[in-house]
Amino acid sequence: MTEALRIEGLHKSFGPLEVLRGIDLDVAEHEVVCLIGASGSGKSTLLRCINLLEPIDSGRIFVEGEEITAEGVHLDRLRRRIGIVFQSYNLFPHMSVLDNVTLGPRKALKTTRAQADAEATELLARFGLADKRDEAPDRLSGGQQQRVAIVRALAMKPDLLLLDEVTSALDPELVAEVLNVIRELAASGMTMLIATHEMGFARDIADRVCFLDAGTIVEQGPPDQILSDPREARTRQFLQRIIEAGRL
Amino acid sequence: MTSGGPPAVPRRRASRVSWRALGIALVSTIVVLGALILVVTNAPGWPEFKQEFLNGPIFWSSLPGIVAAFWKNILLFMIAEALILPLGLVIAVMRGLPGPVFFPVRGLATIYVDVFRALPSVLVIYVLGFGIPGLGLPGVPNDLFIWGIVALTLIYSAYVSEVYRAGIDSVHPSQDAAARSLGLSRFQSLRHVIVPQAVRRVTPPLLNDFIGLQKDTVLVSFIGVVEIFRTAQIKQQATFNFTPYLGVALVFIVVTIPLARFTDWLIARDKRRASAGGTR
Repeated sequence: MTEALRIEGLHKSFGPLEVLRGIDLDVAEHEVVCLIGASGSGKSTLLRCINLLEPIDSGRIFVEGEEITAEGVHLDRLRRRIGIVFQSYNLFPHMSVLDNVTLGPRKALKTTRAQADAEATELLARFGLADKRDEAPDRLSGGQQQRVAIVRALAMKPDLLLLDEVTSALDPELVAEVLNVIRELAASGMTMLIATHEMGFARDIADRVCFLDAGTIVEQGPPDQILSDPREARTRQFLQRIIEAGRL
Repeated sequence: MTSGGPPAVPRRRASRVSWRALGIALVSTIVVLGALILVVTNAPGWPEFKQEFLNGPIFWSSLPGIVAAFWKNILLFMIAEALILPLGLVIAVMRGLPGPVFFPVRGLATIYVDVFRALPSVLVIYVLGFGIPGLGLPGVPNDLFIWGIVALTLIYSAYVSEVYRAGIDSVHPSQDAAARSLGLSRFQSLRHVIVPQAVRRVTPPLLNDFIGLQKDTVLVSFIGVVEIFRTAQIKQQATFNFTPYLGVALVFIVVTIPLARFTDWLIARDKRRASAGGTR
């Protein structure tokens, strides 16, 4: 049985700053793994490295058993198999919602416009965005924009979906609609690696929680164990601060 | 700002002040203009000046020929602009290519932009217009009109490429990351995501350069292309009177002002959109 994702000894520095100091992580198919940890602990960088948006310094990454960090890998083709959703949505402001969603399928997968439109319309409807199909992104609320961004990633039918603090930029009352979308994806069996500050959500949805600190995975395990009964002192300290902030 | 008073009072006062301001502006304009006209018309050389530069009969007799010659300028800047817009974009993209592999491409594009922005336009027009046909190369056209277009295109593409480059740089890198994460190639990301946003942002400065190009078409007269300026020159030499140039000036004003207002309107619209909509 091959893992959906396997990371071995991943190191990444920005100049003198070592952000990832040897990450080892396996994600099984249909598994939902949440990455928690303070800002700057390396969660976002890890996700960007997996999508090869950042070149890595050393280590190996495998998707469905295939090494993506090997020499001569076709980056564009590889990225089509991994979806990523960003904290700041990053929708294309000069395109309608529909074109945002169909751009990838049309240009990268060479799907015909008619088919891409049909599939996108169906996906948008599934996530309650049918009536926003022809809107410009800046006419949408933050929660709607983030849902469109998720649909845009899903339109590529990825093997693996990376979510990078997708609710951090949202007003509190808009968080739930986005989390519900992710819940539905988890229920449908999508393999996901999720960086999040929403501890309650992580407990709800994750099969496994990984606590990152200073570029390493300090501790990982089932959400109840990590969030209620962590073994490591650093995890306890982090969770203590989260509890004091009223977020757990 | 002075404080005090209920909110309704300052408002009423503000509207009264604006009427007063309008009155002051009107009076001061009349005074300044009147004084200027008085000074100029009382200048010792005014009668001769009027005869030389503001000659009614010569103006009207030369105008049709001048307007007809302007079609040549229109042709010059229309053809040149059609070449400049794509060429400028290609150069801007060349300058933005990353990595050591593209160093020669980047270098060549940079040298091109540096050189053609440094050279006075007249010099480029002279060298191309007189120099290249002078080489007598077989198959190379001798038509000065063509070399005028080539010169204007080379000069203005350098400027326009810098405008495009500023636009491309202004698109946030996260847009490229989003496009690349969907599996689009570097070129596809530029073509479908970066450049369309960049062009939208730089349309006003591009129109500005277009106005500059319109005016600079008269420089092509220096190599003997008979366009509006050269036509006026011929008429001036025939009549010993400078009034035909007044016609040229008016034609350019009439053509340029609507374009300038259109540019202003575009800028104002973008500002409204930026403040109404989201940030990016």
